[in-house]
Formats: sequence, structure tokens, C-alpha cells
Amino acid sequence: MQVKRTPKTYDVCIIGSGAAGGTAAKVLTEGGLSVALLEAGPPVIPDRDYKEHVWPYDLPHRGADIGGRARHELNDEFMAPNGAWEIDGEPYVSAPGSKFRWFRSRIVGGRTNHWGRIALRMAPVDFKVRSHDGMGDDWPIGYDDVAPYYDKVESYIGVFGTKENIPSAPDGIFLPPPKPRCTETIIKKSCDRLNILCIPSRLAILTKPLNGRPACHYCAQCGRGCKTASNFSSSQVMIPPAEKTGRLTMITGAMARELVVGKDGKVTAVSYIDKATREERRVNARAFIVAASACESARLLLNSRSTLFPDGLANSSGVVGRHLMDTVGSDAGGYFPQLERMPAHNHDGVGGMHMYLPWWKFDRKNDFLRGYHTEFGGGRGMPGVGDFDELCDQYEGYGASLKRECRKKYGTYIGFAGRGEMIPNENCYCEIDPGVVDQWGIPVLRFHWKWGDNELKMAKDMQEMYRAIVEAAGGVFIPSTQVDVAHPYGIADGGVIIHEVGTARMGNQPTTSALNGYCQAHDVKNLFVTDGACFVTNADKNPTLTIMALTWRACDYLLDQAKKGNLGA
Amino acid sequence: MTISRRDILKSLSITAVAGSVLRVIPLEAAEYAHRMVKAEKAAAETHAYSPKFFSAHAFKTLQSLCNTIIPADEDSKGAVEAGAPEFIDLLTSENKDYQLTLGGGLMWLDNTCVDRYEKPYLDCAPEQQKEILDLIAYRKSFKKDPSLGQGVEFFSFLRRLTADGFFTSEIGIDYLGYVGNTYLQEFPGCPPVPEP
Repeated sequence: MQVKRTPKTYDVCIIGSGAAGGTAAKVLTEGGLSVALLEAGPPVIPDRDYKEHVWPYDLPHRGADIGGRARHELNDEFMAPNGAWEIDGEPYVSAPGSKFRWFRSRIVGGRTNHWGRIALRMAPVDFKVRSHDGMGDDWPIGYDDVAPYYDKVESYIGVFGTKENIPSAPDGIFLPPPKPRCTETIIKKSCDRLNILCIPSRLAILTKPLNGRPACHYCAQCGRGCKTASNFSSSQVMIPPAEKTGRLTMITGAMARELVVGKDGKVTAVSYIDKATREERRVNARAFIVAASACESARLLLNSRSTLFPDGLANSSGVVGRHLMDTVGSDAGGYFPQLERMPAHNHDGVGGMHMYLPWWKFDRKNDFLRGYHTEFGGGRGMPGVGDFDELCDQYEGYGASLKRECRKKYGTYIGFAGRGEMIPNENCYCEIDPGVVDQWGIPVLRFHWKWGDNELKMAKDMQEMYRAIVEAAGGVFIPSTQVDVAHPYGIADGGVIIHEVGTARMGNQPTTSALNGYCQAHDVKNLFVTDGACFVTNADKNPTLTIMALTWRACDYLLDQAKKGNLGA
Repeated sequence: MTISRRDILKSLSITAVAGSVLRVIPLEAAEYAHRMVKAEKAAAETHAYSPKFFSAHAFKTLQSLCNTIIPADEDSKGAVEAGAPEFIDLLTSENKDYQLTLGGGLMWLDNTCVDRYEKPYLDCAPEQQKEILDLIAYRKSFKKDPSLGQGVEFFSFLRRLTADGFFTSEIGIDYLGYVGNTYLQEFPGCPPVPEP
């Protein structure tokens, strides 16, 4: 007699293992639920995969990677694995006249393997922008709703910083900050002269041991992945406690294709392609958390069409894929002759800035709405491929004098990166390309992109401000190298800052939003989208900390529902 | 008992995690691992190098140019000792654009030297080599003589890659005075910065 096995039904299935998915896995398994976690990439094994403490000369390509392809890309050879602008066999399309770049990480932990660890809280005003200036929309929730969850996330993952009482940059629960580097003392002095705020940065890197993880050892290589887990990544900080509960089933190499809906309009399963066998499989669950990254989550919803939901799941409002936002980015730099005279010294520090410039013109009327913060860095870092390109082109010639010039100028540059709030507009969205599928047969995204006037004015202000700061410090200003017709004031292409959010926004009205304030779909009660897709606005705060706080909050709500017997109801 | 590099690296990451309890930074382990990596590399490099992309003649010319772009001086060895030609050969063997710019560029240099001096570059007298390099090492030459355009492009790219090869080598990193890539318990901050 043959026994028919009923496939297991998990309490919750999470799609994506990054900031959102990892947080959900931890909170839900610790809350007692059984969880299946789908990740499109492979597991990460720090001891094998991370190139921490490797010198360029330890690698045949010195960091330039095969054929020199990493000389000018973010995903250089040293970086933590499987994060890339382009993935073989998994294309995306920019519509004619639009240019959008999409950084994806196919690996357990997702983009938290690659992020800058900048962990900023949104300010109270950031949740209520329409009430404040009449543009865009308010969030259905406010700072007070999220603040307890910022507390929880910061206490658990560890964020350094200082209490400053700046309205545009709320304080959190902070570990002590590291001492400033030389580059940072120069800029701090200049900002003080100009009455510009310059304060210790807020990064998810441990300056003290926390929750079993050792403190940072100051090698400046966070982006390579940290073997001691002294910085935050979902794979090393969120997934391990979830695994410890015994209630987590991790399924890697699983490319989610479609959410399957039952007759009652609830999601019953997710169909995915097992990349190793190219076979289609299913995971059944009572509730689903989509956390694949804003655009990937929108893609999954739009690809989940059925007779009940002909325009895609959770999309009766038509907003899925709309309100796509990135961060306004414009860069500049400066050469600082005083740094030529610095003695050789260890400048490494943590893998990121020790100080930054929060938005400081919140108390006056500006040429544009909203604000931006500024990240900056430079100095005597580990030399790498491409570092001397500009110097070689400028100095020209050859020989001992060129060699000496490179040594003289080494470590004398500081770069500035403005990171500002974009106001969503109708020209920025993603949709399913009607003619293109990836190698798994899944229809791909097509991006539409156009910056608005407010963003261009902001980029202009960034360039002017950086000139003022550099010159007040006695340096020589170097404007953005990328100023042309397509990039006024050096504004970066859409997607380049890797802060895509807004593609399934939350709101009180089911007609103009996909989710409620708990990231729960208006149309499908057992479906939650807790990554950047749920954002209503994209404040000048890097989104990761808020993604984790909103996910934690959504999961507490879901656990509460489960306790009441309403899981999946 | 022999210990493999992998064992060392493995123990290094384990000790570092244990550091949260023991408060021990495994600096010695890190240095030992670096020394072993170096020893392995040295052992692998005892054989004479055979270029992956360039012909023997082209590789010799490349070595000569690398040596001219970043030579040894009283402070340090130069780009050739730093392995720049081998690094450039490796990247070029994998990149069609590099093959055109550098492979074609080296032929352009020889052709131009034959036109001007009736000898390929390597056979030219040092003054002749200096004369042609002094032309293609500067963009302004192109404005004066457009026939030098390809040479200027070639040399500009080679200068960048030679700088890459030198400044990412142990010799080049020492020359610059980079201090770091280590384990610290506290970050010491900045020594006093002189006013501009």
C-alpha cells in the first residue's frame, strides 16, 4: 500500500534572506513559529568566501578581477561574494530614454553582505512629509510607532554613534564611536567654521562586544565580509539565532516565481525554481512574508496573476511597481595639501566613515524640499587598482618623478557623497517587460526613470556645499567627474545608490496603497511585504535600519495574530 | 607536524571569534598566515615566466616600458620587480579590449620606431626611445601631430596599468607608506594634522 504524504505546511514562508527576511526569520522562529526561508543564492561561508585581510598582491588579479572588469565597478574582487550589477542569465531592462541600474545580491544575507552599514533612523517629520510641505504622501504610521523597533534593532545588532539632539537625525541606542581619522578632523574643523553639522557617524559595526559577537578590529574591510561578525550582516547576525531555534528550514538556490492563491483569495504556496535541478517546487505555508528587495518583491507580486488577481497579487490599487524611488546621489572631492605632510600611520578604522554630515538646513527655507546627508571618506587607505588613474592622467609623463608624485599625493584626497531624499514621480516605476524572461523562464522587470526638478536642485546644492567645505579647509575642490547632459550637477543614474524603495507602498487607503501600516496586503491578509517596497517616502536616511524595524514590527503583529489563532486568517 | 595555510587561516578566524571571551587579538597568527602566503607564492615563482598573451618580443618591450614608467630609484625597486608586466599580461589575456589597446599599441610603437629610426623600439638607442616616449607620454603631442593619437592612447592606458601593478605590490605598498590591514583593539585616531 502506498502512503500519500501530505506536504508539510509551514506557519510562515519568507522569501528573501536579507535585512527584512533575516529579521523576520529571527523574530518569527523565536516567537515559536515554523518558518521556511527561501533564498535565490547559495549559503555564505565566511571562512571560505570572505577576503578579509587579503593583500592585493595575494591575488593574481590584484583586485581587478578577470580581464580587469572590477577596476571601476563597486563589485570589486575583494567584495563579499555574489553581489553584482549584472547577473548572467538574469537580465533586467531599462525602457528607452531611461537608465536604471539594479544591484542584486544572490546569497544568504542578500545585500546586507555588501551594504555600507550606515544605520540612520528616519526623523518624525520624514513620516509626515505631505503634512509638512504638501508634496508626496504621509506614511500611515509615525515615528512613535517605529521608535520602539528602532530600539530593538539597534540593541540587538549594535550601532555606534552619539546623542546629538538633532531634529533631522534622531538619536538611537548607541555604542561609543571610534576616534576620527585625519581626514575627518580636517572636515570637522571646516564644517565648524561654516556652521555645518558634522557628527560621529552611525554604523552597524561593534565598537564593544555585543550579544556574543566580538568588537571590531579596525581593518576597514567591512565590505569584504567580516569573519568575526563584528559588523552587521543578516547571514551572520539574524540567521544564526533563527537556526538555533530548530524551527527554521533554509532553502537556498530557490528562485521564487509565483505566489499561488487558493479559492479563498489567500496565498497557499510559493512556486520556486530549484536552481540546481531547474525543477519547479512548492512550499506551503499559512502566511507569507515577501522580502526579496523592493523591485524583486514587486516583480514577484506582478508575476503572480490569477483570475482573482488579474493585475498581480496585492495590486487592486495598481500601485505595485509604482512610486519607485532611489536616493539622490551626487559626488565631489577635494585635494588637501596638508595631508601630504602627514607621517605614515594607520588610517584604517572601521569599514566606513567615522563622521558624517546630517541634514543641517532643516530650520530654513531652501531652493528645494526635503534634505540630504553627506558621507565622506578618503586618506591613506589600502592602495588598490585604479587608485592612481586620475593622477597618472593629470601628471602624465613617466619615470621617477611620476613615481614620487604618486607617493606625494597618496592619501591626500577626500571624497564627498551627497545622499538626498527623492520625491516619487509618475515617470519612475518598474513593470514586467512583455517580451523578456530570465533563464528560469520568469518574466523580468523593465525600469522607467526620470529625476524631477527637486532632485536636480538638491544635487546642485550638494556640489556648492562641498566646494565651500573643501575651500574652507584649504583644499582644492574637485567637482563631480560625471557632469553631463544626462547627469546635471553629477546626479547619479537611478538605482546607483542602491536604495530602491516604494514599489508596494503602505497606506490607509486600499485604493492608493498595497499594504497597511503593518506591511500586510490590503487585498490578501496572509501576505506581508516588509522590505523597502513598503516605503511611502525615501528620506535621506539609508533604508536598511528602517526595513529591519518595520519587519520586526510586522512580525510582532503577525505573532500576535498567531496567538489569537488568526495566522493565515 | 606540518600546518597548512588553510589551517592557519581557519584557526585565525576561530580565535578571533573566541576573542570576545578571551580578549585576545591573534596578531601573531595573522602575521604567520601572511608569511606563509608569501612563502607559497615565492615557491610558485621559481620557474621563468612564460607570457599568457604577449609574444616573447612584445613582453620584453612591455617589461622595458613598465621599467621606464615606474623605475627603481634610491627609495625602492620598480614596476618590473613588483610584477607589473605579469599582472598586465594576465589581464590582457582575458580581455579583448586590452588586447587591442596594448597588443596593438606595442605593434604601433614598433612600427612607428621603424618609420622614424628604422628599428623596433627595443633596438633603438636610449635617446631615440626617450624621444618617442616624450611624445606619446603627453596629450598635447596629439594636438601638434594627430598621427601620434594612437600612441598617446596606448601609453596613457599602459601608465595606468603599470601604476596598478606597482602600487598594489608589496614593494609599491611599502613605498607609499600604507600602514594597516591588521588587528587593533582600539583605533588610535589621527596624529596632529599640520595647518595648510
